[in-house]
Amino acid sequence: MQTISLERAVAMIPDGASLMIGGFMATGTPERIVDEIVRQNKRNLTVIANDTASPGRGIGKLIAAKLVHKAIVSHIGLNPETQRQMTAGELKVELVPQGTLVERIRAGGYGLGGVLTQTGIGTTVEKGKQQIKIDGKTYLLEVALRADFALVHAFLVDYLGNLSYALTARNFNPIIAMAAATVIVDADNIVPIGVISPDHIVTPAPLVDYLVMNA
Amino acid sequence: MEPQIVIARRIAQELAPGMLVNLGIGIPTLVANYVPEGMHVFFQSENGLIGTGTPPEEGMAHPTLTDAGGRPVTALPGACAFDSAMSFGLIRGGHLDLTVLGGLQVDQEGHLANWMIPGKMVPGMGGAMDLVTGAKRVIIAMQHTAKGASKIVKRCSLPLTATRPVEMVVTELAVIGFANGTATLLGTGPGVSVGQVVAATEASLTVPKNVPEMQI
Repeated sequence: MQTISLERAVAMIPDGASLMIGGFMATGTPERIVDEIVRQNKRNLTVIANDTASPGRGIGKLIAAKLVHKAIVSHIGLNPETQRQMTAGELKVELVPQGTLVERIRAGGYGLGGVLTQTGIGTTVEKGKQQIKIDGKTYLLEVALRADFALVHAFLVDYLGNLSYALTARNFNPIIAMAAATVIVDADNIVPIGVISPDHIVTPAPLVDYLVMNA
Repeated sequence: MEPQIVIARRIAQELAPGMLVNLGIGIPTLVANYVPEGMHVFFQSENGLIGTGTPPEEGMAHPTLTDAGGRPVTALPGACAFDSAMSFGLIRGGHLDLTVLGGLQVDQEGHLANWMIPGKMVPGMGGAMDLVTGAKRVIIAMQHTAKGASKIVKRCSLPLTATRPVEMVVTELAVIGFANGTATLLGTGPGVSVGQVVAATEASLTVPKNVPEMQI
């Protein structure tokens, strides 16, 4: 793991990159990184995340700045701007059931080609997907997802890069930390090695490429 | 009594000690206010918590503790936090005893549509498809009609949430079950007659000889 300034961390992200971003309605989203992406005006991004939050919060800021070309998410209902851009044809939105979305990301990080789920059978979600029968039950084949970057928010990080999370700010963060080529972490607290007990480390240090330094 | 309160109180009667329960937004959230005295029920919030409590007192909100709508909540003693893969493993894996969700339409075989109105409202399915597919029991909490039209229909005109039928719908007028793939009137709302329910319902309803009135 390398420590890096906020500006340099975001400068690594090229226009057109795919980003997995932690957070659930902006809880557990690395807001500093999102703000810096807006400041550096990174364009044409593909965002893979639970939702597009609400205007002015988390991923909602990327949507408002029109930096997102495609969003792969489970919910956009609390962000009218996402719906407006989608209807106007300015933004592609792929809606994925939440449990399927997180499993596709998990598969991407765990070396699996995809997962089989009954969720979505008989709905618009099954369109164009292979169906597989096992023990008399029909499943959809949902393929794995990976991204160029994972932007992770943690509660604690030690000097090695071990991460732990707080309460409902955990959500997609430990899952996306497995599924991207480059993992960038912003943490609420940077603490010495040993402060986080081995049993309480959720994301092991070797998964973390860059830790954004305190301002 | 307000229709939402009638619905929430009736559904609360379906709770049993030790159940793991997921409540959707809207009327379903109100069910948590009517857990029978002394009964312990686990409430899951799909953003990663079992043991969701009431909203915090003013000034006590914490940015890492919110509900599935992003609003501040509290965690009860014994609460447990986990990631989204675990959260949906609980839901899809058959560990969730009951989910209570809102609905736009339910058809006479119990199929639910609750995630979009084409051309009008496309919020996304969020966790709804996984919840209806995976929960052991699905109860829909909704008003019986919308703008005068029955929400319990012969066939859903809106896109389905899942092909798995729900077990029960509770409205301010009726309790309807879907055993054997047919809609059966299991109860009427306070002061509501069977005739009123049938008149307000588009779906074909099986009406048993004795239909009890909700006791709430």
